[in-house]
Amino acid sequence: MNPIITVEANQLTRIYGGRKAVNNVSFSLNKGEVLGFLGPNGAGKSTTMKMLTGNLAPSEGTVKICGIDMMENPKEAKALIGYLPETPPLYKELTVDEFLTIAARLHRVSSKNIKNAVQKAKERCGLTEMSKRLIENLSKGYQQRVGIAQAIIHNPMVVILDEPTVGLDPIQIRDIRALIKELGNDHSVILSTHILPEVEMVCDHVQIIHKGELVFNGAIEMLKQQRQGNKLLIGLHQPPADLNALKLQGITQVESLENGLIRLHHLADESPAEAFVRAAVENNWGLHQINPDQTSLEEVFVSLTYQEQPYQEQAIQAAA
Amino acid sequence: MILNIARKELKSVFSTPMGWVILSLILFVFGYYYYEGVDQYFQVMSGSMRPEERKGVTEFVGQNLFGIGSFVMLFAVPLLTMRLISEERRNQTLAFLFSAPLSLTEIVVGKFVGLVAFLSILIGFVFLMMASLNIWAEIDYGYIFANLIGLWLLLASFAALGIYVSSLTQQPVIAAIITFIVLFGLLMLDNLIAASQNEGLAYLSLMRHFQPFSRGLINTGDIAYFILFITTFLTLTIRRLDADRLRG
Repeated sequence: MNPIITVEANQLTRIYGGRKAVNNVSFSLNKGEVLGFLGPNGAGKSTTMKMLTGNLAPSEGTVKICGIDMMENPKEAKALIGYLPETPPLYKELTVDEFLTIAARLHRVSSKNIKNAVQKAKERCGLTEMSKRLIENLSKGYQQRVGIAQAIIHNPMVVILDEPTVGLDPIQIRDIRALIKELGNDHSVILSTHILPEVEMVCDHVQIIHKGELVFNGAIEMLKQQRQGNKLLIGLHQPPADLNALKLQGITQVESLENGLIRLHHLADESPAEAFVRAAVENNWGLHQINPDQTSLEEVFVSLTYQEQPYQEQAIQAAA
Repeated sequence: MILNIARKELKSVFSTPMGWVILSLILFVFGYYYYEGVDQYFQVMSGSMRPEERKGVTEFVGQNLFGIGSFVMLFAVPLLTMRLISEERRNQTLAFLFSAPLSLTEIVVGKFVGLVAFLSILIGFVFLMMASLNIWAEIDYGYIFANLIGLWLLLASFAALGIYVSSLTQQPVIAAIITFIVLFGLLMLDNLIAASQNEGLAYLSLMRHFQPFSRGLINTGDIAYFILFITTFLTLTIRRLDADRLRG
């Protein structure tokens, strides 16, 4: 079975007053995938999402939702999308029920299904007890949930969420992540976030966007591989005078860190931890800590976003 | 879809105090002038002996009521239109409408229809007041309907202009002030330049096209003027919102 392509962006470019906010971004997304959008502030994440949802016209390039062109048939294309912008678009003078009913109606949910759709969206976002409350009086986290509820109320093919977990408490974040994963089973989801572990938890695909250009586009595994850096972090009470004595079988490099710990680089296909522990006991090194040392996603992210234009970076540093 | 947006607008007018306050205030003013009109009718008419000085009760009360109607609404409509688009822009709720399967025309016309529906409630009350004269007098329905249609078209034109101004700014208050000034100018255009004999400019005055209605005269030329006025400003609003999408 061929995967169904739900979102297809082709060479999207957006120019704001001569500056390219988004430059030549192309990607496609299959049904049932969750795509994470990463990038520093002002990288063009929100702009890209606005273009995908038809809120902003691209200067160049095309967007196709399930094969329907956003520029040519905006109504049909928009009917397949649910969108939560950065600021949740809520009519605060209405109650949750009233607002969701309007959302369902405007998204062409047939009138006999509206009640059902509202009920289901509330259940999925944990809003059932808030039905009669004014949106204005809800906490930020609940408002965010209402925003998500309006995006999924019409059961769209593609759900686009711009920073969905901002302002939520840890339990709510966990719920929302579970919800996103659930949505990812039969919809396509695109979400942007600043929180890197979140991407790792919920996304199948990751895109890192920097200064309007895609600098990384691939499966989450690719990012994880970059992350697991074949390193061990150890702490010794009585380290040998010559750190090279730690170079056991398979360990390529020994590095002493500022915080008193030692980092061991080892070969990719070997795991020297066990041998090392034995050696530590035999030699009475006083081993008190041993951990696989993972490069944090942050580091991967930073290295990806800064590699892109080294000359410019250097020029800025030189100027400063 | 247009009706769905209109419903949404009506709902949000009535879920804030704004809608109720304006509705009750205007009805109070209308009611007061209606009462005054009926009250004074006998005093004035008993004083006018000659037949040509005499007026029908419909015309007498109607003049009072519809005269004040256009004046009161000059203040009320900007207050109602000011938030239509500017507030959505400020609260960033426009994205909700833009990402729904709606065309810009449906959004703008829907908002317009919603507001006109609200104004129609007022006009309905005015009609009820006038029709209640029928209990003890024979009234001139033709005169009332001409006036109602005129007032309705005038208010719809106010609303169209108000929506356009509201689409230009993020600040509802600024939208209200500008709408008021422009409407005031357009109403008074007739008076302001009466001396200079500039017929072309005076023809643009809203008042000039409203007056025939208040005399009970339904003129297709005037109806066409109001419809053109409304269409122009709604089109401008659509173009303004489209520019948002294109230029961001």
